Amino acid sequence: MMSGLGDVVKGAAQIAQAMGVTLKYATRRPVTLEYPEEPMAVFPRYRGQHMLRRYDNGLERCIGCCLCEAACPTGAILVEAAENDPGNPRSPGERYAKTYEVNLLRCVFCGDCEIACPTEAIVLTQSVPMPQRNRANFILTQDVLLEPKDANLVIRPDS
Amino acid sequence: MDWVELLLIPAVKSLVLIVVLLLGFAYMTYYERKFLARLTTRVGPNRAGPKGLLQPIADALKAIFKEEFVPGHVDKWVYIVAPALALIPALVAFAVIPIGPDITIFGHTISLYIADVNIGFLYILAIASVGTYGVILAGWSSNNNYSILGALRTAAQMVSYELPMGIILVSIVLLTSLSTGVGSLSLVELVEVVTPDRSILHWLWLWVAFPIFFICMLAETSRSPFDLPETENELVAGFQTEYGGIKFALFFMAEYIHVITASAIMVTVFFGGWQGPFVDTLPILGVFWFVAKVILVLGLFIWVRASVPRVRYDQLMSFCWKFLFPISLVYLAITAVFVALT
Repeated sequence: MMSGLGDVVKGAAQIAQAMGVTLKYATRRPVTLEYPEEPMAVFPRYRGQHMLRRYDNGLERCIGCCLCEAACPTGAILVEAAENDPGNPRSPGERYAKTYEVNLLRCVFCGDCEIACPTEAIVLTQSVPMPQRNRANFILTQDVLLEPKDANLVIRPDS
Repeated sequence: MDWVELLLIPAVKSLVLIVVLLLGFAYMTYYERKFLARLTTRVGPNRAGPKGLLQPIADALKAIFKEEFVPGHVDKWVYIVAPALALIPALVAFAVIPIGPDITIFGHTISLYIADVNIGFLYILAIASVGTYGVILAGWSSNNNYSILGALRTAAQMVSYELPMGIILVSIVLLTSLSTGVGSLSLVELVEVVTPDRSILHWLWLWVAFPIFFICMLAETSRSPFDLPETENELVAGFQTEYGGIKFALFFMAEYIHVITASAIMVTVFFGGWQGPFVDTLPILGVFWFVAKVILVLGLFIWVRASVPRVRYDQLMSFCWKFLFPISLVYLAITAVFVALT
């Protein structure tokens, strides 16, 4: 038992040291991100949820060329093109995207669609895809994709 | 003695105590999660209600409305009774702890404890060992190898750590004879008579026992680093493997109320119970001091949980029998000599 007495003193000292460490951390600011309420800082090159952009006059940039669909490595994008009505065009080109869907469950956020797009219609925004309660909601349809509202984000200055 | 003093006051006192303990359990979980979060630089629960204050209620509702599932192979009645058997001793142990001085309401003098048992310490030891029954019966009735092994381990742990705890309590009873002439087992007397009369030497010597007693209480209430009854990584979940929903929650309720009771005992024995500044002029302040001290000791439990890694089972046993037990015996011997000389 006497040989163990040194160990006991050493152990007690170590426990005291450990408790000091935890107490030191109690005074620090929590690192938790309160994302939807408070802005979250992301890097400028961060690739988040997709967005389909419009021109300033309201026409859709997407001309239904299907290049993004072809470029997508996981086949997450579905584009169905249709001819524009000349009197009431949806895009400035000959065709527009009748359906444009992105399957977030397959998307790997590689950004190849962005690069492939000739009119810079599809871009990956900084916004973080929000959790969904239903698997069907992970397929982003055109009305979700067309210029969605900005999420509560700031760009990190230290990049 | 009219019926008010005989029946009404004890009934109301018991009811208030039970409600306070159950609420205390709920907010102990909140306190633990919040404080633990701060110790690990997180925020902790903050979704339910302002600052997450409704989180315990949300947790309770979730546990209650979970499916009541009783596996087919269990011994049904024992299986259902076991969580209650684990919970009741933790609640009942509070009866002998004085939470404040006598106060007078409408001409009735009300003492702020359920009963002044003159064998208070013995009562606490007895009740503490009854809690083991709930664990053993839960493990046995589950009819599952993991459960019975977990239950036996837990029972061995609880029984082992009761020995040094009991010896420390005996030493404290011996020490009370310094003030009263004859040693007293009553906790009420301890706070009212012994605590104000303690000499500096008495205080200092008492404080030597505090770490030993605190370690025993950590193991007795199966708190980290001695939370082996949970058996997360070696025996599935130990004695509570077959329990789910509110029945599982009852075991944790028992653990947390046990922790609150243990803190109350430690406050009574080592921190002077409800004694504090200005209690003489305003007696109800004693309750405030008592609660404040209990919250501080609870913080100590949580702080230890955040800092110390869990021990192995053989370490747990050898630590108790080869270190804590001899040390507490030495403490008792020195105390006896000390008391005999003065």
